[in-house]
Amino acid sequence: MHADATFSTLVVVFLAAILTNNILLSKFLGMCSFIGISRNIHTALGMGIAVTFVTFCTAVLNYAIYYGILVEGAPWCAADLTYLSFLCFIMVIAGFVQLVEMVLERFIPALYYNFGIFLPLITVNCAILGVSLFMIDPNLKFGFKQTAAYGLGSGLGWMLAICLMAGIRQKLELADIPKPLRGLGITVIITGLMAMAFLGFQGIVDLG
Amino acid sequence: MAGPGSDYAKPVKDGIAAQNPVLVQALGICSALAVTGLVSTTLVMGAALLFVASFSSLAVSLLRNAVPHKVRLIIQMLVISTLVILVHLYLRAYHFEMSAALGPYVGLIITNCIILGRCEGYAMRNGPVMAFLDGLGSAAGYALVLLAIAIIREPLGSGTLLGYAVTPKGFQPALFVSGPPGAFIAMGVVVWIVRAIYPEEEVTEHPEAL
Repeated sequence: MHADATFSTLVVVFLAAILTNNILLSKFLGMCSFIGISRNIHTALGMGIAVTFVTFCTAVLNYAIYYGILVEGAPWCAADLTYLSFLCFIMVIAGFVQLVEMVLERFIPALYYNFGIFLPLITVNCAILGVSLFMIDPNLKFGFKQTAAYGLGSGLGWMLAICLMAGIRQKLELADIPKPLRGLGITVIITGLMAMAFLGFQGIVDLG
Repeated sequence: MAGPGSDYAKPVKDGIAAQNPVLVQALGICSALAVTGLVSTTLVMGAALLFVASFSSLAVSLLRNAVPHKVRLIIQMLVISTLVILVHLYLRAYHFEMSAALGPYVGLIITNCIILGRCEGYAMRNGPVMAFLDGLGSAAGYALVLLAIAIIREPLGSGTLLGYAVTPKGFQPALFVSGPPGAFIAMGVVVWIVRAIYPEEEVTEHPEAL
């Protein structure tokens, strides 16, 4: 991946984040809420939208903080503060989620009552922190625009996975599954089958 | 471990068996799977988790009367992140290859729901010694599940166990087992086996909003 951001490289990063490097199916992130709230397709969609929004915004914010303050020789602080990156990232995520919650409650109450319950759960959704941690991977050499594309794509990829899962689980209600396999067991195995299906996208786009 | 009647043994045993975080409560699966391709990375991840879970529970329990209720989650996150940074720096300084192999998954211990869950659910209401043991027990339960998955995946996916070749000559390692689908399916199989052996552990269904 080159650091210069032509439109086509952005499309590659975006599609790779959704299909070949899906944050859930190939990086295992965001599994807890994936299993917890994939029972109903509407709830899954709501959570997916909330996750996409927060992932995108925090990836951009964390990018600015990481390259503006934390790395050695950054414009705002020359010292090497990268050891603080975990702490800064999680604080930015927690603070951002809190802020969104307050803004929504004050100005768009209807949206708050629809998405409000998902917001506190997002702070500990590993997919959000995961995107911020993956984007600073030195092998990827992401610029600002690639990070934005990656954040948006990862969020959408997670949403795609959880909505597919919710659709499958609604059908599963009628299936006769061995008792020990019900619930967690069958959900994880189906996720494995979905991951296998997504392997079929391998080669369409390649990240780094 | 102390005798069965001892109070101190209870939180540790619950964490491993009756309240096993991964198998019974379906928590912390996120990072559970990513590192289980090899037994060695799994052991390191398990050790890191034992350290972070026990000491964060200890610290949160010591602070529990000093922290205002409203900011408790932020304080818990601060404690956990600080411990994770310690682990990360230690691995990078003394075990650089292991640190590179684990990649961002060390940082992702911060968002492991088990740790925050034990801090919030147990350490905020109990004394430091019990909280420490509770953190230790939950993390041990988690580490054992990880190890079970890794023991399935490493021989089938790479033909080795802890780096030693264990499969007969001519065995073709299945690439898919060492890839993501194998991790999910191996985990499903482990959950299936454990729940088939211990059916009395009620399958706890999650409330719709976890």
